[in-house]
Amino acid sequence: MTLGASVQFRGVSKTYDGQALVVDGLDLAIHSGEFLTLLGPSGSGKTTTLMMLAGFEVPTSGEINLDGRSLTNVPPYKRSIGMVFQNYALFPHMTVEENLAFPLQARGVSASEASARIRRALEMVQLAEFATRRPAQLSGGQQQRVAVARSLVYQPSLVLMDEPLGALDKQLREQMQLELKHIHQSVGATFVYVTHDQDEALTMSDRVAVFNDGKIQQLDTPEHLYEKPENAFVAQFIGENNRFTGQVEEVSGNLCRVSVDGGVTMLATSVPGLLAGSRSAVSVRPEVVAVDPIDVGYDNRLTTQVLETIYHGDHLRIRVRIAENDQFIVKIPRQLCSGPYEVGQPCEVAWMAHDCRALLDAPE
Amino acid sequence: MFAKVANPTAAFAPGSAELQVQLRRAERSKKIWALVLIAPLFLFLAVTFVVPIARTLFLSVENPELRDMMPDLAAALQAWDSDGTPPDSLVRTFAADVLTAHENRTLARVGKRLNFSISGFRSLLLKTARRMPPQDSPDLLAELTALDKRWGERRYWAALKQASTPYTVEYLLAAVDHQFNPDGEIVEKPPERSIYLTVLARTAWISFVVVTICLFLGYPIAYLLATIPTKYSNLLLLLLLLPFWTSLLVRTTAWLVLLQNQGVVNDLAIWIGLWDEPVQLIRNRLGVYIALVHIMLPFMVLPLFSVMKGISPTHMKAAASLGATPITAFLKVYLPQTLPGAGAGILLVFILTLGFYITPALVGGPSDQMLSQFIAFNASTAVNWGMAGALSLLLMVGVAIFFSIYSRLVGVRDLRLG
Ligand SMILES: Nc1ncnc2c1ncn2[C@@H]1O[C@H](COP(=O)(O)OP(=O)(O)OP(=O)(O)O)[C@@H](O)[C@H]1O
Ligand SMILES: [Mg+2]
Repeated sequence: MTLGASVQFRGVSKTYDGQALVVDGLDLAIHSGEFLTLLGPSGSGKTTTLMMLAGFEVPTSGEINLDGRSLTNVPPYKRSIGMVFQNYALFPHMTVEENLAFPLQARGVSASEASARIRRALEMVQLAEFATRRPAQLSGGQQQRVAVARSLVYQPSLVLMDEPLGALDKQLREQMQLELKHIHQSVGATFVYVTHDQDEALTMSDRVAVFNDGKIQQLDTPEHLYEKPENAFVAQFIGENNRFTGQVEEVSGNLCRVSVDGGVTMLATSVPGLLAGSRSAVSVRPEVVAVDPIDVGYDNRLTTQVLETIYHGDHLRIRVRIAENDQFIVKIPRQLCSGPYEVGQPCEVAWMAHDCRALLDAPE
Repeated sequence: MFAKVANPTAAFAPGSAELQVQLRRAERSKKIWALVLIAPLFLFLAVTFVVPIARTLFLSVENPELRDMMPDLAAALQAWDSDGTPPDSLVRTFAADVLTAHENRTLARVGKRLNFSISGFRSLLLKTARRMPPQDSPDLLAELTALDKRWGERRYWAALKQASTPYTVEYLLAAVDHQFNPDGEIVEKPPERSIYLTVLARTAWISFVVVTICLFLGYPIAYLLATIPTKYSNLLLLLLLLPFWTSLLVRTTAWLVLLQNQGVVNDLAIWIGLWDEPVQLIRNRLGVYIALVHIMLPFMVLPLFSVMKGISPTHMKAAASLGATPITAFLKVYLPQTLPGAGAGILLVFILTLGFYITPALVGGPSDQMLSQFIAFNASTAVNWGMAGALSLLLMVGVAIFFSIYSRLVGVRDLRLG
């Protein structure tokens, strides 16, 4: 096991054209040995952040430290950071074996030691019998695994991966996600992973940094991101989400009452800093909403009617209108489905205040 | 009811014979298609390329002059064993045929053919025809020898016999600086008359130097073109191809203007004090190199460029992230991937330069003439088709030898021409 490296970004900004800040005052501490994912929409600066860490882009301002040492004047080839590129970047004129030997030769590892390490790395990604093939003779998933093996074979303490699963189909992706996770656990290095796929981020990571417009919106564990998003962007970006905008009427403790545009009042959990009288975005996840509950203890209970039902195999979705929002989705697991929900049929929807968050900003 | 059925997977067990047959069948139809697609090109090449070349090569072994113009003499010479002095009957046939040919005005052409074997033979024939001794003289050979003592030399009669066969290797021998002696044996030409092997070696050397210069100049250019943004690289490519917009002759003449002793380059160099006296830049080897490199450079840059364009820039980043210094990354990751393009460029430039004609002829001095120059001289000035054909064959063999060595060393299968 290698000891994972720790990384600090301190006030790092980056602009390519001198106008737009692609990365904007980034402060980020990556802990030793963790699996940290940079998640965000396209163009939010994830790759740029990773490239600055790898040394292929220079920060316009700010500083990046690796294990407490500044990386500012360290060229990429001296950083000893493992990297998996989106298109794998395997060397086409070398066999799998030679690709893996490349970083070892660059480090002057003896031939016998190198071949042992190459064998171990290939066994780890289950490609031992493909050692003498060229990359062009491998499938996408196999190439991907070779790229992973190559980035790990010299036992770097920090491994960067930029959407390494982007080119794979869904099934292979999911399989590889698990494999990567297991590899991370077995090698002990720090992994920094870039993706714009939220499922991937949630399933693999210890912590996720959600990027938007070059800024970190929230840095948290997958559970917290999903259950306690701090702002509307995060709530929107991670998981499904029914949204209302409205005016905060009253805040008491961590509860608040919001008067939603369109004339409905809701009880919600307030994020810190929410003040009475300010605008807020209220977020309700589709799976926390109960339909026609017998129980009377719900904080919010509204009568409406079914606009549409959508069959999803393991669950059913119903679309209803609440206040101005006619895209309000309710998700009912199959075994909790009671009766057919006909279009036009009246129904009651209800949810608890602690399942529903009133967030700070209300971006349009 | 339960009839035995063949296990369907058995037919495709790994490595089974059936599987191989299936594969071969699939490949064969692919090959047939490929053949059908290239058939028109193939026909075109056969008509416009292979046939004329075959004809030219055939010229190098044909030996028709004496047989056409002096058939009797040719037959008599064939019967003679070329030992000792020619018999009287042969001499008489000779005298009769010379007179007839003189009357028919075909003697000069026979003379020209014989001149190729022994210089001065043509004037000897014409002189003999004009002052032919009477035919009824008892010893015609003695009379002829009295007229010109060369008729007493056996090698003149041996040359006549050499010229009487339907095919001859005389031209081919001459192309590699060899000839027949009077006994019909193959011997080296005297050094003062040996030129072609030297010329071939010089041609190969000039081509080699041009290829080397093109490679070292072209590689960075191609790299630049492949790495800058497309809008600039398109412009630069256009500039690179600019020379192709004008005729070769114009470009070569332009070099003459630029490089001559009172030319722009010399004037400029003297003006800024680079050197004091005009330096000879043209009509020597230097001029040939400058002009040829200029013409050949695009043929090196284009295949390199197309190969480099296909190399993903992330490869170099990957190499750096794996710990390779920029130099190691270049040598081990970039360079090997450009070899197919470099190979194609080397092959193109070398073969094109081997056969190049106009430019070395115009900008080179007398000792810089390449093989093509001699082919052209024989074909147009000397009208010696036999020699022109033989030299063409020499050039082709040279190219073929280069190609086979090259494919042994580099492997032609990996070449990428564009
Ligand atoms: N080399 C560059 N020159 C100029 N602008 C660039 C360059 N690289 C990236 N950008 C710009 O910087 C912004 C952020 O790019 P970046 O590649 O970091 O996004 P990303 O989060 O990785 O997106 P994606 O998920 O699509 O890969 C984008 O607007 C992009 O256009
Ligand atoms: Mg990216």
